[in-house]
Amino acid sequence: MDNKGHHISQQFDAELEKIRNHVLAMGGLVEEQIRNAILSLTENDAQLAEKVIENDFKVNAHEVEIDEECSQIIAKRQPAASDLRLVVAVIKTITDLERIGDQAERIARMAIRLSEMERPKNQYVELKNIGEHVASMVHDTLDAFARMDVEAAVKIAREDLKVDTEYDGIMRQALTFMMEDPRSITRMLDVMWTARAIERIGDHSKNICEYIVYLVKGKDVRHTSLERMEKEAKR
Amino acid sequence: MNSNTTMTHGVNLDALGRKPQSRKLENETLCIETKDLNLFYGEKQALQNINLSIPEKRVSAFIGPSGCGKSTLLRCFNRMNDLVDTCRIEGEITIHNETILDRAVDVAELRRRVGMVFQKPNPFPKSIYENVAYGLRLQGMKKKRTLDEIVEKSLKSAALWNEVKDRLHDSALGLSGGQQQRLVIARAIAIEPEILLLDEPASALDPISTLKIEELINKLKDQYTIVIVTHNMQQAARVSDYTAFMYMGELIEFGDTDRVFTNPRKKQTEDYITGRYG
Repeated sequence: MDNKGHHISQQFDAELEKIRNHVLAMGGLVEEQIRNAILSLTENDAQLAEKVIENDFKVNAHEVEIDEECSQIIAKRQPAASDLRLVVAVIKTITDLERIGDQAERIARMAIRLSEMERPKNQYVELKNIGEHVASMVHDTLDAFARMDVEAAVKIAREDLKVDTEYDGIMRQALTFMMEDPRSITRMLDVMWTARAIERIGDHSKNICEYIVYLVKGKDVRHTSLERMEKEAKR
Repeated sequence: MNSNTTMTHGVNLDALGRKPQSRKLENETLCIETKDLNLFYGEKQALQNINLSIPEKRVSAFIGPSGCGKSTLLRCFNRMNDLVDTCRIEGEITIHNETILDRAVDVAELRRRVGMVFQKPNPFPKSIYENVAYGLRLQGMKKKRTLDEIVEKSLKSAALWNEVKDRLHDSALGLSGGQQQRLVIARAIAIEPEILLLDEPASALDPISTLKIEELINKLKDQYTIVIVTHNMQQAARVSDYTAFMYMGELIEFGDTDRVFTNPRKKQTEDYITGRYG
């Protein structure tokens, strides 16, 4: 992915490469966590959910290790320009990845609770759909990060709008169920919490996409509009 | 976004506390300007078509690999290159819109206005006091009271006073390297120049002395236009407001230091400051 020349210090190259690979490894694990959490929910597999909860510590461990590696680079190499932006973008990216991991754990906990309740005929297909949607968003985000692809990053950020719409739909549906049948309220609240956790994953992916624009273009596009992000990406 | 900007520490911030992308050279008062400057040492061209505007009362740093012409360019500003026989200059250099390359320019007066400090501290083999007073005496200043005052003021400005006030008449050669360098800076500012040229002022010093010099540069920029050549890129990033990157006699990029070190426009600059081969 790197079309740049090599550092005079090959050790520095190796260190940056190591961090990049480490982020991708962490991202791969996080993606697996999301997919398993969603699967445990839709397949009513409490055992798998337990595994997701257990594995969250691995995600956290990755975050701590990568943070340490970044601190070391800052202390020893005083990175500048694109190297500096890489380190900053990595530090911020892993925070969002770790939070995505937390949301996956939350989904798994809900899956266990929901497994003890009555199940709808459709086996929560709407949660499955939105869940797969955000899982592929995370996948594409990591891909864009690896390839430093700003165009893809903007596209993924746009995807988040669709996730928000899906989430609104689920919330409306849940409200209707609760009004029709108050006995479903407990279960529906859990469904809403699950949908909320999934929707948050989309937001975190979008954040990472913004860091990709910063990493590649040097422009801070957080808290601006998608249009602005698109404009900076094209420059 | 202008409607919700705020001022913090004199910096215009937008509603999110973001600094504007870069300091604007257009908003500065310009001090030194060069136009199509070419310089030759005999047959060899050392500077190629340099067009540069150095703002007043700011620190501008020149960075670039050895032999890229940054010291040569710095020396143009007080015509130190006149001392090299084979040196030939074409183009224009102005300080506050007045040319300095004309034959009619009084070079001694120019060098009084444009002080210079070199890599190796070069105090005269005289006392600390006489080193600082030297330029003033040369100008014909004789009154002891005035001399005393200016020596004290200059040593204070150079952050050296407290260390030497009890031994002003000891030899300057007994000072440490870092102290000698600050003494030389005191000597340069004693004659109240407008511009200070610093040619790698800290490269022969230990880290603590280096930081003292950097601190001093930061303090002096309220009063002087400072141009510094340095091999230490982190130093350029720390002390300067503007950075010029030079390569093979050409000016590749000149701009706000904050931007140059986080998001340089030119690939050559990027490669140099990140330590890559281009």
